[in-house]
Amino acid sequence: MIFSSDLLPNAEWALAGIFAVLALASAIIFVIGRLRPGFDTSELRVRTRSWWIMAILFAIPMLLSRTAALCFLGFVSFLALKEYLSLIPTRRADRRVLLFAYLAVPVQFYWIGTAWYGMFIIFIPVYMFLLLPLPMLVIGEAKGFLRALGTLNWGLMATVFCFSHAAFLLVLRDTVNPLAGGAGLLLFLLILTEANDVAQYVSGKLFGRDKVVPRISPNKTWAGLISGVVTTAVLAAALAPFLTPISVWPSLAVGALLGLAGFAGDVTISAVKRDLGIKDSGSVLPGHGGILDRLDSLTYTAPLFFHIIRYFYT
Amino acid sequence: MSGLNNLLRHLFFLLIVRPVFLVVLGVNVRHRERLPKTGPAILVANHNSHLDTLLLMTLFPPRMLSRLRPLAAADYFTANPRMGWFARNIIRIIPVHRGGHDKDTDPLAAVHEALAEGAIVIFFPEGSRGEPEQRTPLKSGIAFLARRHPDVPIVPVFMYGLGKALPRGEILLVPFFVDVFVGEPLKAPLDDKTAFVAELDRRFQELAAEGQFPAWE
Repeated sequence: MIFSSDLLPNAEWALAGIFAVLALASAIIFVIGRLRPGFDTSELRVRTRSWWIMAILFAIPMLLSRTAALCFLGFVSFLALKEYLSLIPTRRADRRVLLFAYLAVPVQFYWIGTAWYGMFIIFIPVYMFLLLPLPMLVIGEAKGFLRALGTLNWGLMATVFCFSHAAFLLVLRDTVNPLAGGAGLLLFLLILTEANDVAQYVSGKLFGRDKVVPRISPNKTWAGLISGVVTTAVLAAALAPFLTPISVWPSLAVGALLGLAGFAGDVTISAVKRDLGIKDSGSVLPGHGGILDRLDSLTYTAPLFFHIIRYFYT
Repeated sequence: MSGLNNLLRHLFFLLIVRPVFLVVLGVNVRHRERLPKTGPAILVANHNSHLDTLLLMTLFPPRMLSRLRPLAAADYFTANPRMGWFARNIIRIIPVHRGGHDKDTDPLAAVHEALAEGAIVIFFPEGSRGEPEQRTPLKSGIAFLARRHPDVPIVPVFMYGLGKALPRGEILLVPFFVDVFVGEPLKAPLDDKTAFVAELDRRFQELAAEGQFPAWE
């Protein structure tokens, strides 16, 4: 195509498809606004606008090069960790420990850049887990030690370790996915995860009644969950032949699993927010909330999808 | 102000200050539309960090940079010659001498002059940064200023986060998202100093109540 990118044609088509869907969504919202002047489309417009911005910010580094895409994903991971650390209670004594935790982001994405799987998979759960307490011990503040360490480790696992599995898809060997490459796998994961979010949100609003986890999130309904899982499974079957080595029947199962995992990620972050007494994790993405509000599902779907590919297809 | 210093000032904000606030920290501004569109005006804010002044200055478009004049303690900022040059020529502080002045000279004379020229003056009524993310009692200097300039809008701004990112006595900057809440311009009983300070304090409390801030002990 026009760009001299590293992407294979199928991945480029998928990227173009994202923009086609967004254009369609914008067109539909415009028509609804015209046909039914009483219908308030402002929230939809704000959300869609944020989707456009996210898609453009993602597409540019993807088209530039693999390194640019990894840097972009690393930066998103940094933003998510920063948002998390700004939301949780922290100890004044731990300022330098937080700086040390931030350092895990570039290091983790460096391992990914070198495609060193062994280090990528143990760096945060083992090395950071063992190293993080050391500066805290030097500082010598025992009060609140376990809570500080526990919250910090959870944040690193969710926003850096789990999220970075999406980035590792980009550096898998070309033979894993000759059709669309690592970029195709990443696009497949992102499209399904976000489509699942949107489907659960929309159908939950339209005909949701019985709540799945009323004490954690009043917005999650069985109707939303089921139609999200079904939509994701069908979409997976439609896209898998173009973007992945997964054949049609298993792809239905992969889609359904991703739908369930996305739901789990969504609800987990909801529980964290509820515990902290906040509604949105931030206001960086108008209509969506913060970075964590958008990445919540991905913290579950990314590791799941990555290990499905790694176990069955490499 | 010389042309070279003006250029350096714009470059400093464009290449260092704005990128740091955009990339390393990240700023959420609530009610940005309440910021004064033009001078003269007085911005009053709570004070936690050296970065407070720079953050308030980035809330305005670059073309208004030359109008912004932060009030700063002369003894602190001009003690070191290099820091003094930087504070005067790049940040363009209005140096104010703290305490111990005789009755004939007005310590705020330079502020009156700047306001007459249409400046947006940045003022920290707490006086000093104090303990990070804890408000200290407001000093009455702002009430004198308000009484002297009844037509100048006084806009309260509450900030949260910079005291965590770079508190007093620290040199390492730790990334945190920063929240900024801009208040409505103040109209308060001008004749009563204590009532004015109390009203300003109440406004800060109201703005702070709009956010939800995690513990930082």
